[in-house]
Amino acid sequence: MKRKLISMLLGCMLPLIAVGAGAQAKGKISDGTVKIGVITDLSGLYSDLSGQGSIIAAQMAVAEFGGKVLGAPIEIVSADHQNKADVAANKAREWFDTQGVDVIVDGVNSGAGLAVSKVANEKHRIFIDSGAGSTRFTNEDCNPYTIHYAYDTYATGSVTGKAVVQHGGKTWFFITADYAFGKSLQQDTTTAITGVGGKVLGSALAPLNTPDFSSYLLQAQGSGAQVIGLANAGGDTINSIKAASEFGINKKQTLAGLLVFITDIHALGLQVTQGMYVADGFYWDLNDDTRKWSKAFSAKANKMPTMVQAGVYSSTLEYLRAVQAAGTDDADAVMKKLKEMRLNDAFVRNGYIRADGRMVHDFYLFQVKSPSESKGPWDYYKLIATVPGDQAFQSLSQSRCPMIKK
Amino acid sequence: MTEVFGVPVPALLGQLMLGLVNGCFYAMLSLGLAIIFGMLNIINFAHGALYMMGAIFTWIALTQFGINYWWSLLLVPLVIAILGVVVERSMLRRLYKLDNLYGLLLTFGIALVTEGLFRHRYGVSGLPYSIPDAFAGAFNLGFMFLPKYRAWVIGASLLTCFATWFVIERTQMGAYLRAATENPKLVQAFGINVPVMITLTYAIGVGLAGLAGVLAAPATQISPLMGTNLIIVVFAVVVIGGMGSILGSIVTGLGLGLIEGLTKVFYSQAANTVVFLIMALVLLVRPTGLFGKER
Repeated sequence: MKRKLISMLLGCMLPLIAVGAGAQAKGKISDGTVKIGVITDLSGLYSDLSGQGSIIAAQMAVAEFGGKVLGAPIEIVSADHQNKADVAANKAREWFDTQGVDVIVDGVNSGAGLAVSKVANEKHRIFIDSGAGSTRFTNEDCNPYTIHYAYDTYATGSVTGKAVVQHGGKTWFFITADYAFGKSLQQDTTTAITGVGGKVLGSALAPLNTPDFSSYLLQAQGSGAQVIGLANAGGDTINSIKAASEFGINKKQTLAGLLVFITDIHALGLQVTQGMYVADGFYWDLNDDTRKWSKAFSAKANKMPTMVQAGVYSSTLEYLRAVQAAGTDDADAVMKKLKEMRLNDAFVRNGYIRADGRMVHDFYLFQVKSPSESKGPWDYYKLIATVPGDQAFQSLSQSRCPMIKK
Repeated sequence: MTEVFGVPVPALLGQLMLGLVNGCFYAMLSLGLAIIFGMLNIINFAHGALYMMGAIFTWIALTQFGINYWWSLLLVPLVIAILGVVVERSMLRRLYKLDNLYGLLLTFGIALVTEGLFRHRYGVSGLPYSIPDAFAGAFNLGFMFLPKYRAWVIGASLLTCFATWFVIERTQMGAYLRAATENPKLVQAFGINVPVMITLTYAIGVGLAGLAGVLAAPATQISPLMGTNLIIVVFAVVVIGGMGSILGSIVTGLGLGLIEGLTKVFYSQAANTVVFLIMALVLLVRPTGLFGKER
């Protein structure tokens, strides 16, 4: 009888011991190092808002961990995807297959980012995108291994759009970049502004990298709309704003940049951009934490960080925290931890990652200062409103992500 | 309101005016290319990079040295021309006897290296340069507000184009130059220093690109990528006008600007493509271009 009891007890305990031993084995970091891949645009049109600055940001997160997690060294590798989806996908595959990369961050350019996301899903490794804007990451193309971290076109478009309508800009004309990103930005913004009583009078599609936007602006002027929505990015936005100021259009009609980075404002100067509304997920001069981190960043990069670069820092840091908390760098365990955690650092306060992979955090509405209000370089924004994350981002019930059961 | 194909006439005139402004830049850049190709037989792929340098030097002149727009208008093309002399003397000179392709490869390489260097130093977002005070404001033309600066661009570039055409086609100096391209040995025998003339031609050609850069600086985004975005269209202009034809490049430059402007009214998505469509059509009918001669 006694022997029977002991054997029964043992029988019950054995699986537990086995599981324990398994966890112990998994607790070791794979390949003995945690490898972080920064995939970005190092030479093209996004290299200012992401690029080298993103690598520096990731290095800062690693330095904050003392270069080690769970006793294993942390290593950063980086690559230039040249804004080509196939180059990005090949690099991601090479990193996951042969170099033991555990997580890829940045992923600027929606085309390239979506390609990396597919590879991550296939290889069961984590990809945290801070650079790309498309809402497809958390809708049609969502997957369990991808997190969309810093922003998306829904947030920037709808926060700016709603604010402008509420300040009296009821009728809109869009100048839209003629590719997937521009169209989705226009669509997301349209939904937001019509929801609060705005009306769209028309739109003009402009090819990517148009050097002169004056003819599109003339069409916008002819439409008589109160607001000209710029559903474009980077150099296209800069050229539109510059031409608008030259033609005096910004005096009678309001310009609304739907995706504007602080580097764009820096390139244009305050004379031209003053008074514009800008939605951003980060600004260096928000509070003590952002100031402290951004100054450290600018000491290394010689410029203030964009939300993409701050997002790369934050996502790298939170990933490492999740590895530490999970006791392993196993992708499934770390992802589970990441989705349980509350995220708090220089970039994000009380952020969390939703089931569809969307990182939900506060968004900010700024107005660009006039040259006389600005106290010096990079002192560009006045905070108008803080928009809580659940209002800034597309709600989970609207999500078209197949992982979300409704 | 009167309409043409459903577009109000004022809107149409406005777009044509803007097309003319763009056409002026095309004309100035393709003119430089045409001179260089006509006289040196070099396809100068570095032209876009030189245009970009013109704009960035204008910015540097203002922010680092406090040199205003007017002085830049004079000094920057001069600096670019001097750079041109250095390039011609040290590198291009060795390639005249070889196939065109070697010159193309060399200048393409120079363009890539220059752009890379500037991108490394200044990033891609661009640099701010405001319109000179004298040109603040706009003219009311009735159908549109034409910013004074754009009007100035039209005036200045038409004048430059005409002056260049006049010098080459109607003066003694131009006659020597044209003779030297036909038969350098014979012209040299008359006691004219042909190598110096060729160097000067290259310098003037690239100086024109520099000048276009200065004119563009207040109107567009000054960035290391600005040359690449424009140069492809400019090459199409040169091909349509006829390689090496001075008048052809001026007329085609302005004409294509206007056509592009019209396209933006009726089907804006095709604005970037229409130039190449025309290029294909012209090449089918007249392989030497509209104004080109058989060589």
